[in-house]
Amino acid sequence: MSEKRAADGIVGRGMTSGSDLFRQWFDRLTAAAASGDKTAYVFVMGSLVEILHVFDFPVSFPEINSLQTAVKRVAHEYLNQAEDYGYSPDICGYVKADVAVQLRGGAHPMGTLPKPALAIATNACNTYVKWAEIWERLYHIPVFTLDVPGTRAAGGQTCPGDPDFAADCAYVKGQLQELIALCERVSGKKFDIDRLREVLGYANQMSVAWRRVIELNKSVPAVFSALTEGTVYLGVANGFRGTAEGAAYFRDLVEEMEYKAARGLGTIENEKYRLAFVGVPCYPIFRRFNEMFAEWGGVFASSTYLWFASGGTSLGFEYDLTRPLESLAEGVLISVRHAMDAMFHPDRSLAADLESFKLDGVVYHPIKSCRTVSTGLADSRRALMARTNVPSLFIESDMMDKRVVSEAQLKNRIDAFFEGLATRKQAARA
Amino acid sequence: MAYAAGVDVGSTQTKAVIIDEHAAIVGRSLIDTGANVVVAAENAYVAALRDAGVPEEEVGYIVGTGYGRYRVTFGHTQITEISCHGRGAVHMFPGTRTVVDMGGQDTKAIRVSPTGEIVDFCMNDKCAAGTGRFLGAVATALEIPLPELGVVALRSTRPVKISTTCTVFAESEVLSWLGRGKKVEDILLGVHNSMISRSIGLMRRVGIEPEVTFTGGVTKNIGMVQGLNKALGFEVNVGDDSHFMGALGAALFARDHILTGRVPAAHTEVPR
Repeated sequence: MSEKRAADGIVGRGMTSGSDLFRQWFDRLTAAAASGDKTAYVFVMGSLVEILHVFDFPVSFPEINSLQTAVKRVAHEYLNQAEDYGYSPDICGYVKADVAVQLRGGAHPMGTLPKPALAIATNACNTYVKWAEIWERLYHIPVFTLDVPGTRAAGGQTCPGDPDFAADCAYVKGQLQELIALCERVSGKKFDIDRLREVLGYANQMSVAWRRVIELNKSVPAVFSALTEGTVYLGVANGFRGTAEGAAYFRDLVEEMEYKAARGLGTIENEKYRLAFVGVPCYPIFRRFNEMFAEWGGVFASSTYLWFASGGTSLGFEYDLTRPLESLAEGVLISVRHAMDAMFHPDRSLAADLESFKLDGVVYHPIKSCRTVSTGLADSRRALMARTNVPSLFIESDMMDKRVVSEAQLKNRIDAFFEGLATRKQAARA
Repeated sequence: MAYAAGVDVGSTQTKAVIIDEHAAIVGRSLIDTGANVVVAAENAYVAALRDAGVPEEEVGYIVGTGYGRYRVTFGHTQITEISCHGRGAVHMFPGTRTVVDMGGQDTKAIRVSPTGEIVDFCMNDKCAAGTGRFLGAVATALEIPLPELGVVALRSTRPVKISTTCTVFAESEVLSWLGRGKKVEDILLGVHNSMISRSIGLMRRVGIEPEVTFTGGVTKNIGMVQGLNKALGFEVNVGDDSHFMGALGAALFARDHILTGRVPAAHTEVPR
């Protein structure tokens, strides 16, 4: 096979296949809405889809549904509707867009979203619990809230081998058993441990591949943008976790990234600056936001979003299929904690990544309507600056609400940041 | 050596500076930006050339800066006002380590290295709170000419506490204080104190390291200068040309290009 033919078949496959899978996913949800199939609402951190798949629940991620309204440039319609209903402009934009989806009977730019038959939340995000209460009131559905212990103790959590870790795992396993009983009641199906093994097997393949994909971006030039392309891969990591399609997608994705890394094929031409992104993307101007960096030769090689918004599966935890439930409890415990550390203490991992990813700078992007992710970022930035002398940029906008996104002001700050990086590089060369 | 020019197209005013081979300012101009940014840039540049008595063909390089920098169509490259204010401040006051710039649309704090390199910067939020526009709104509400605001404020002995930092709400708060019988000077000093408090907050975010140089159009306000001095506990650097600092920095970058063939901070290949 010629080099060109190989490139034609491989390079860019992750983006096109990812888009196809997204369409399929929303088509399935639309079909579920039409047929009345019992659907589970879950969040990206601690989704527990591994158990839900055993019962064949269609799974809806309201966070992803909401961000899609911003990507499709209609978020303002949804936000306005929720605010007209009485929600404050200051609360989570994801919540408000979802409320509007519910008020519209599931009408969404990607199709029609089904109502929930049950919902799963975790203590990973403060808003998750309050958000799930809305569905509880609207639909009188059961809400299962997973309490992940020790989530706010960065560096002080229990580890495998500690007696306390065993106790934490037992605590999580007990909750998973409660969830299984709930799923049996809602679905009318019996739990099948072998089906769980099958799902966990696919999840293992995806976690290992996801970690590998992220590591491959240590290549120079970066093989994908952790901000734009990475977000598409992330969507598949969440929406298709524990499925044959998801495992196949990530197998192909690793092949694509290895192919590009081996041949020095970068995601942008003329890469000059390698950056880390901290926070949640600016979905209302998703492409343009990235362009403002790419115009200067800046590429996001790393992103904490890929860590925490994948529920910590970026860690690559592999379940032990010989003891599926116990191992799932361990995996959930370790992965969700990893996700929360990525949100609340990103300086720890970033300090290590500066060298391995050959980063020139770090871009902090707190967002108006997500206090969970954004509140500690100023402090985190100071912590990183105290440990390293890496240049950093602190810019604020929103993940949903274009009213608080000022492109001109963002560009001004971004340009000034790159001017500083350019001066620093020239001084280093001199 | 050829002359160098900097054109700073701000949201309210457009400034142009011409410097000679020794980096001395030989011409300057300041005009209202108005609705046509391109024309404002051209007019300011022509006026500065006239002030300098320098023919256009003797200007070797032009750098545009400010929000309208990409509309300086005759400029050779563009550099943000953040870099330009830092560069200009260190040139005019070599001991500068922190710059506080109050312009029409934004207020910014910039920490600079001894060579003028930007170490860190921080700007006001997307609204116009704590900016020159805020003062403009108050001047309109109190029917006092903008240049007199600071002078009047300094007569105050009992400043009110302005709770809002929103430019839109400031007007109604000012009117409510008037309705409660407060003196104009007390209201005005309250407004100044509110802005100073926000500016100090911005400076703290990048770290306040003396010397502090005050730049931008609000440097013409004596009340703000004295208020900053009092709040910081030492005197800020401010001079007659402090409101030209962005344009001066741009001109200095232009001079760099003439001398070395490159502009350290700029990227001319960035699409306009």
